Amino acid sequence: MSGFPFDATVAVLVVPAVAAAVLALLPGYRAAARVNVLASLTTFLAALSLFAGGEGEAGNYLFVDELNIVFIVLNTFVGFTASVFSAGYIRHELEMGRISPANLRFYHAMYQTMMFGMNLAFVANNIGLMWVAVELATLTTVLMVGLYRTHEALEAAWKYFILGSVGIALALFGTILVYMAAQPVVGEGNDAMVWTRLVEAAAGFDPGLLNLAFVFLLIGYGTKVGLAPLHAWLPDAHAEGPTPISAVLSGLLLNVALYAVLRFKILLAASPGALAPGPLMVGMGLVSLVFAAFMLYRRRDIKRLFAYSSIEHMGIIVFAFGMGGPLANFAGLLHMVMHSLTKSAIFYCVGHIAQIRGTQKLAEISGVTVTHPALGWAFLVGVAAIAGLPPMGVFMSEFLIVTSTFAAAPLLAVPLVAGLVVAFGALTMRATGIAFGAPPENRPAGEAPGLAAYLPIYAHLALVLAAGLYLPPALVGWFRHVAGILG
Amino acid sequence: MTGALAFDIAHMLAGGLVLASFMLLYQDRLHGLVNTYALHALVLTASVAWQAWAQGAPHLYITALVALVFKALVIPLALHRIIRRLGIHRDIENAVGTGLTMLTGMGLVALSMVVMLRVTAEADPLAREDLAMALAVVLLGLLMMVTRRNAIGQVVGFMSLENGLVLAAAGARGMPLVVEISVAFSVLVAFIVIGIVLFRIRERFDTVDVGALDDFRGERR
Repeated sequence: MSGFPFDATVAVLVVPAVAAAVLALLPGYRAAARVNVLASLTTFLAALSLFAGGEGEAGNYLFVDELNIVFIVLNTFVGFTASVFSAGYIRHELEMGRISPANLRFYHAMYQTMMFGMNLAFVANNIGLMWVAVELATLTTVLMVGLYRTHEALEAAWKYFILGSVGIALALFGTILVYMAAQPVVGEGNDAMVWTRLVEAAAGFDPGLLNLAFVFLLIGYGTKVGLAPLHAWLPDAHAEGPTPISAVLSGLLLNVALYAVLRFKILLAASPGALAPGPLMVGMGLVSLVFAAFMLYRRRDIKRLFAYSSIEHMGIIVFAFGMGGPLANFAGLLHMVMHSLTKSAIFYCVGHIAQIRGTQKLAEISGVTVTHPALGWAFLVGVAAIAGLPPMGVFMSEFLIVTSTFAAAPLLAVPLVAGLVVAFGALTMRATGIAFGAPPENRPAGEAPGLAAYLPIYAHLALVLAAGLYLPPALVGWFRHVAGILG
Repeated sequence: MTGALAFDIAHMLAGGLVLASFMLLYQDRLHGLVNTYALHALVLTASVAWQAWAQGAPHLYITALVALVFKALVIPLALHRIIRRLGIHRDIENAVGTGLTMLTGMGLVALSMVVMLRVTAEADPLAREDLAMALAVVLLGLLMMVTRRNAIGQVVGFMSLENGLVLAAAGARGMPLVVEISVAFSVLVAFIVIGIVLFRIRERFDTVDVGALDDFRGERR
């Protein structure tokens, strides 16, 4: 059995890489969309088999532990459903003439390259390799955001590229500093970049260097998480790229950067002399949450609205991990999973709504439940979930975060709850405007998407609802264990 | 004695890189900017090559070679070509006055010295000074990206920032080759991406002035 998990780890990387090469050569968008779905499904199944394999031997470059399995399975699952959504979405865009077939080939190849980059970032046992993988995922998404070649898309891609590059450059400086801290203890060469060795030896590291490194890493990767005040790229990138990419950005890419921050947080926690990473993360998380909650009111674009909601939720998650302790870590982990599932479901809905109405402007979208009940209600359920209404899973994780904060630091709970309430108000206001009211008369109501288009939405929402009602004990045990690792 | 000499020369070259960063700050013509960037890359090459010799780490020569060929030759030539083809060689494109930029730059260098030298008191002195200088170059690169309105100016700022990172990586004794090549490679990839973006910007706007992009912000009507 010991060789098995390693094979699955490799499969998670090889399948997207091969698929990217095939898709780059494959003409015809129908076949390409199918290959894309198939490859994503295979990757997801390979990721699931990681559970069966248990923990393998940690290699010098790749490894699997309890923490990254959660991320990989979530990543490949949403990657799979997004590819299903993308197949329908892309057909519509092609008919509308917004994308050319040549662009589409590029799009599919980039999609799998991005999945490869993200999976590599998760399984990398080498902080240098992890950095390269995050950079790869960033560059591919930059190209995807600019896919439509409109003024707005170009501005978004440029802004994302510049801010993302500065972020990863600072993260690399932090990575070099970690190496400098490790080198006197672990020895020169590759060993001092291998994650598992670093954690074992972290107690002997120079705390000053490690502190400085963490500041760079938090700002660097934090830019990619979308933490305020480094979030400027995020709304534009979400709004102007193709919607499947918005869903993947929100649901997955933000998690990749978050995962990197968490890895280094564990490293800092293992070094007794280093500063506690908590307060920094709590501060950035709270600022992002409150800032984004207020910004939600001023949005006029439906995709921007939910992009700001992503900033808000990443703020909550970083806040929870910053608080630390078994309960807050557990809640942060749960909230991350719930947010990924819910937010990507919302973006799938938003993609259909924007296609049906032919616009992304909030003022021109109304009465979706009247013209397209199945879509409109699914959208409402999604927004209710993300706003934190019971009985959905997001409510449970937010409830856990709030209660654990009240127990640990009651004063911090005040801005936290205030931010949640403000965001709730904004989302409810906007969602009712979109879902109810008279449908606009001057716009033709577009064709309803087929049943296949609804499947990813329903699957995600069903999972979120199920998690809100009942979490299987095995899953709770697993999350609790991971929360323990996070310290 | 050789130790002290090695230290002094490494120090001088790293300081030269900081100086070249300052020179980048006050260039107001694009061709001059690109030429100064080539000089920046040359100083980096010398610095990395010296580190390779001083540390007895032959793989660093490869990094130096990559810096020489790509950063000091290929990229500046390509940028000159772009500037000529777009006919923007007369553009003066600083968003902030030179005096203020230089003063801020000095502040940033002082900041990086204070921070790094205090934190790394126990580290190897050679690596320590190098790291402080590298941080200064990184911060100056950031400053340059902020003060430039032109897309090419921002790209050059970003590449000078990457040069600072390479200096830091070369100063860290025994840092695996993987990372250095990846840095060099990432610059190349970044360049391709930027090239594409530049082309598309040109295609759509007939200008590479990033200020023009602001008019198309989605929120505005």
